[in-house]
Amino acid sequence: MIVAASNSETIPIEKETDIVTARQVGRNMSRQLGFGTIMQSRIATSISELARNIYLYAGTGTITIETVENDEKTGLKITALDEGPGIADLRKALEDGFTTSGALGAGLPGVRRMMDDFQMESTLGKGTRVVVIKWRE
Amino acid sequence: MTRGLEAEYVQILRDYLDSQEEDELYGAQKLGKFLLRRDISPEEMVDLHGRALEKLGDVPEFVRASFRILTEVMIEYGNAQRSLNSWRSKHAQLQSEVAVASAMQQALLPQNMPTYPSVEIGAISIAAHEISGDYYDFMYVDEHQFSLTIGDITGKGIPAAMCMSMLKYAVDSLGEIRLGPDQMLRHLNRVVERNIDASMFVTMLFGCYDTQSHVFRYAVAGHEPGFLYRAQEGRFYDLAGSGVALGIDGNSQYKEQEVHLQIGDLLILLTDGVTECKLGRSYMTREELISNLQHEVHLPSQNMVDQIYRRLLMLTQFEQRDDYTMIVLKRI
Repeated sequence: MIVAASNSETIPIEKETDIVTARQVGRNMSRQLGFGTIMQSRIATSISELARNIYLYAGTGTITIETVENDEKTGLKITALDEGPGIADLRKALEDGFTTSGALGAGLPGVRRMMDDFQMESTLGKGTRVVVIKWRE
Repeated sequence: MTRGLEAEYVQILRDYLDSQEEDELYGAQKLGKFLLRRDISPEEMVDLHGRALEKLGDVPEFVRASFRILTEVMIEYGNAQRSLNSWRSKHAQLQSEVAVASAMQQALLPQNMPTYPSVEIGAISIAAHEISGDYYDFMYVDEHQFSLTIGDITGKGIPAAMCMSMLKYAVDSLGEIRLGPDQMLRHLNRVVERNIDASMFVTMLFGCYDTQSHVFRYAVAGHEPGFLYRAQEGRFYDLAGSGVALGIDGNSQYKEQEVHLQIGDLLILLTDGVTECKLGRSYMTREELISNLQHEVHLPSQNMVDQIYRRLLMLTQFEQRDDYTMIVLKRI
């Protein structure tokens, strides 16, 4: 259970360069939190995937990155929010090979595996919200 | 990643840079296998290499920066690797489900042959893969008569198996009301037509054998014609009969056929896995099949079907492409 959140930063995603901004913010925050170089890159990649989904399928939305704490550890929480068409079948969206690109390991399943916590909710016609957390070991 | 591993990698790298010998490269290959077993991702490996370089000397800034690019690219490869692992476990789960389905399917096939004093029956049914699309069964009618079914469901695997269990149930239930072969197929056709996917169909021969009169009455629904072997003449004849496969047209009608067996005569029923054996590049002709059957007609029925299967398997160089079923019924 998260007991505190701080350093929240929200990046609007409207054009492709916003994806770069979100990556950069995520990478900086994860470095400040003391994540190693690989984990910094994985976090940046995850943010990138979430932001790209917003950009490609919803058009616009936001990425919010913040530091979170529970009783034992500190982590980075990323929330991707959009008011796009929504996803009809969440289980399918998390299946490997479902993405239109068809690439192995791409998209949401890849993000889920790189992060520790993964939550997702979507309503058709209303939008999608994905929340992931990476805890620092 | 452990420090021991890092130290080992630094050592391999240092040794190689000193000697540039093949055995260091071989050592690196073995390390690669070890790392894969330990699930070390490509990006971790790139990172390890970067850190190892730092241990070996002054690393120029542009090299250090270039590693960040490489790491970023490698993360995608890492995602593919992690994805492969999840595919693997999914695959293992599917395999175990298929194994259970296969065992259940075996239980649907007759466990015992009917025994009557004046006929001898042999049967063999071998799936090309774990799950078969072939079906056969015998049913006790009364103390002188039994019925038999042989069928082939289009396609293989799970859909065929599901269809087969439905067929078995339908044949068993309809068998209770003692329909003639033509009526049996007419009813089965309706069941199949209503309950399976439009892209699937079933070919079948259903017949009833009277062990007193030695008359075999049967009807055919698009099924591979079997053979009648006349012992007196030493000749094979095609079993007459045709009809639309089950599941294509709900209104199909079927025609009853009849043959009378003399002592020593054989009925040979089969599925297309038998006739569509591939010898090299071409399919075996019916004449070639007959000459193979001819070699074994003197054997007891069960030995005959076993022996023919072995012969054909050898001829196809042990490559069984389709589900294979053969029933031999001999009047003795």
